[in-house]
Amino acid sequence: MPKSNKPVVWGLFAAGGTLTAFVTPVLVMLTLLAAVGHVPALLGYDRLHALAAHWVGKAALFGIVFLSLWHAAHRLRVTLHDLGVRSDMLVAWVVYCLAAAGSVAAAAYLLII
Amino acid sequence: MAEQVTRRPYVREIPRLRWIFRHPRYLRYMAREVTCIFIGAYAVLLLVALARLAQGRESYEAFLQALGSPAGIAFQVLVLAFALYHTVSWFNVTPKAMPIQRGEEFVPGGIIIGAHYAGWIALSIIVLFLAGVL
Repeated sequence: MPKSNKPVVWGLFAAGGTLTAFVTPVLVMLTLLAAVGHVPALLGYDRLHALAAHWVGKAALFGIVFLSLWHAAHRLRVTLHDLGVRSDMLVAWVVYCLAAAGSVAAAAYLLII
Repeated sequence: MAEQVTRRPYVREIPRLRWIFRHPRYLRYMAREVTCIFIGAYAVLLLVALARLAQGRESYEAFLQALGSPAGIAFQVLVLAFALYHTVSWFNVTPKAMPIQRGEEFVPGGIIIGAHYAGWIALSIIVLFLAGVL
């Protein structure tokens, strides 16, 4: 039987789906509060910078960005197939590369904070 | 002649997009699937926030200002709606995605789903508390 990378791809998708189901709504609420002028204490420059400077904060922020991007990339790939786009290998390459590029960028920004 | 096709082969017509509207179930499926666009877009917003945070105070505070523009608020409201739909649709399939067996019996789906909702609400309250909102 040929080796398959499906468990890894799907495992990260499921991890991302679970993480975003739990945290994305509350994160959007925090940024919306900041948007309407009630900036939560955590989103102030000093506190958020301190959070991102600590390795636990770095790991958490990276995990959220990486898994969100991977989840979105994989689901977009499957959905494009459902919408009649049949060049799956090309689609897979594009969406996974975009997710990887975003994750590398997140890691780079976190490392210089 | 074996290879001669004597009847017109049946080619099932699959419309590219119209199938979505044939049944409410298909529409709910698509709604669930397109949540990924908003989850991904919000991840990009977080990425931009990290970039601005790395650039320094002025850049980050300009980013917070931009969040408050009409477009920024409209975008986030849209993301919130789809993120909530993602949460609900994700939790509601958990008994199918990871059934839990205790002895001979499977744990009832309602308990697994309920536990996810309870955990979600508790976690959200903790995050709001840690963020200084509550």
